[in-house]
Amino acid sequence: MQKGKRIIIELKDIVKKYYLGKPNELEILHGIDLQVEKGEFVSIVGESGSGKSTLMNIIGALDKPDSGIYNLDGINICNTKEKKLSGIRNQKIGFVFQTYNLVARTSAIANVELPMLYNGIPKAERHRRAEELLELVGMKDRMLHKPEELSGGQKQRVAIARAMANDPGLLLADEPTGALDSASGRNIMDIFHHFNKERGKTVLLITHSKELAYETGRIVTLFDGRITDIRRNMAAC
Amino acid sequence: MLIIENIKIAFGALLSGKMRSLLTMLGIIIGIGSVIAIMTVSSSLSSSISDSFQEMGANNITTGLRKLEQEESVKANGMKFGAAAGNSNIEEKDLVTDEMLAGLRQEFQDKIDAIAISENTGSGTAMKGNASANISINGINDEYFASSKTTLLAGRRINASDIKGNKKVIMVSDKLAESLFNGSNESALAQKIVVYSNGKYEDFYIIGVYKYEENTFSSDSSSNITTTAYIPLSVAKEMVHSDKGYSQFTVVTSKDIEDVSLFSEEIEQYFQPYYTGNQDYGISTSTMQSMTESMYSMISTVSVAVSFIAGISLLVGGIGVMNIMMVSITERTREIGTRKALGAKNSSIRLQFITESVILCLLGGILGIITGFILGAIAAHILGYGAAVPLGSIVISVGFSMAIGVFFGYYPANKAAQMNPAEALRYE
Repeated sequence: MQKGKRIIIELKDIVKKYYLGKPNELEILHGIDLQVEKGEFVSIVGESGSGKSTLMNIIGALDKPDSGIYNLDGINICNTKEKKLSGIRNQKIGFVFQTYNLVARTSAIANVELPMLYNGIPKAERHRRAEELLELVGMKDRMLHKPEELSGGQKQRVAIARAMANDPGLLLADEPTGALDSASGRNIMDIFHHFNKERGKTVLLITHSKELAYETGRIVTLFDGRITDIRRNMAAC
Repeated sequence: MLIIENIKIAFGALLSGKMRSLLTMLGIIIGIGSVIAIMTVSSSLSSSISDSFQEMGANNITTGLRKLEQEESVKANGMKFGAAAGNSNIEEKDLVTDEMLAGLRQEFQDKIDAIAISENTGSGTAMKGNASANISINGINDEYFASSKTTLLAGRRINASDIKGNKKVIMVSDKLAESLFNGSNESALAQKIVVYSNGKYEDFYIIGVYKYEENTFSSDSSSNITTTAYIPLSVAKEMVHSDKGYSQFTVVTSKDIEDVSLFSEEIEQYFQPYYTGNQDYGISTSTMQSMTESMYSMISTVSVAVSFIAGISLLVGGIGVMNIMMVSITERTREIGTRKALGAKNSSIRLQFITESVILCLLGGILGIITGFILGAIAAHILGYGAAVPLGSIVISVGFSMAIGVFFGYYPANKAAQMNPAEALRYE
């Protein structure tokens, strides 16, 4: 790891358990150590049940670990109260989900404006930036359509525009191409590469596709709740 | 800013399930609707009562004998007087004499416009040839019409010389004129009719025809209607062979008296010396004001009681809203998770769902007000009153339905706000 680069994600001995009622507690993550530098494009691969999504929830400050330390951009997430966490999710992290999770009955542009609404940005500014982002992902001409009227690939492009609304440093994508055909998936990956290279965003991609992982700078392999392999991918750098 | 977005979101969510929203609102609609309907009817009733009391005269002080043992019950309803309370026990010594009235008139010269006396001699039949009509015979003094607003259609009223001269003259209603003379009111004038009453036939000459007013309290609407016929007081006294005095009369105060009830107390005090030794009767007064007040309090007691029952339906409606909000939150768990991932604070989520529940209840409340007013207006119309808009209860209803929204929306909204975002996003 090169010296002098800023560390954006720092995970130390993260343990996460699920309580399905005593004594059935299920440990999903058994001590995860990981550091991600600013501007990196990291993929986390593993089979289903390996703990990828649980790890993403912790990194995304949606869930807290049972033990261990997690610093995001120098903030200790484990000690942060929910009220402040919502602000962190709002301004520091952009989420992209496999199932898009666009808010139903709400136009594409209103979906993109949503994080800015929670950030208290005035309407005119919200609208301008949302339009700009939708143009960037090639969805400006359909910005007044509702999610029900868009294809999967189009929905995911809107979701990426929404993730970038408050210009966060970190983009967290959980199987973003999992439900898409290969052409749409390619398009989505190109958008991630664009944000990573042109705008210096840190991208964390969770996938079970080895093919996609080889496009990223570093591949972290997760197996049964443990990191079994971290490989720097020279070809992609 | 956020509140406007919340209102938009709430409308979107409610419109996406129109049938469900409408069914949920039904409880609120019925609750608010029945309260408004009751209020509409009772305020129509109140204003109609107030109108008819005003018509009877706001300056009238009804004065009469009051049975002493009945003090409690008389005070309770304030409307019963000697004659009505059973005059079988009234003796000559109890009655108000002409001398007492003359003294009263002298003592309060400036305050009294007129003293109206009307003694009912019972019911009877007026006949002309083969035609007949039911009448109730009232012997009146020449000042009687100062207390009662009667519209004269033809001829003249009974005057002082009729009374002085014991003239057998009679004032009849237009209804009677129509059934006996089936022609114009003028054709009845100066005609002779036979009046059968108290087992005797007597001839009377019609001097005037007045307009029969359908009273709020009169229920007799058949063609064989009993109307009042007025004859001179002196003639009435002869008919019943009585010259003792009066059990009831009406003091008409001059227009510039401000406190009618204060003057009514002065009248009672005037009669006090005459009745100090009387074990059975005293003099009691009643003004339109006090009668109206007792009517109002009766109506408002009834409407409060019925509103309370309607309030139970509001409670059930509120629980319905709470139930549907719980369902809605479960259905939209992923949306809540997504919003939290995008940076929504717990308070923003709570506000969003409270807004939704308030709007649901508010729409229900507004629909309820409209439905209730329509039902109330129909009911008032059937009862024969004009519908009056109970403005106060509309304002209260709007406020109350919003309060129901907040109260029953808070628990579900708080549940949504407290959701763990990771779990909410995982929800299938």
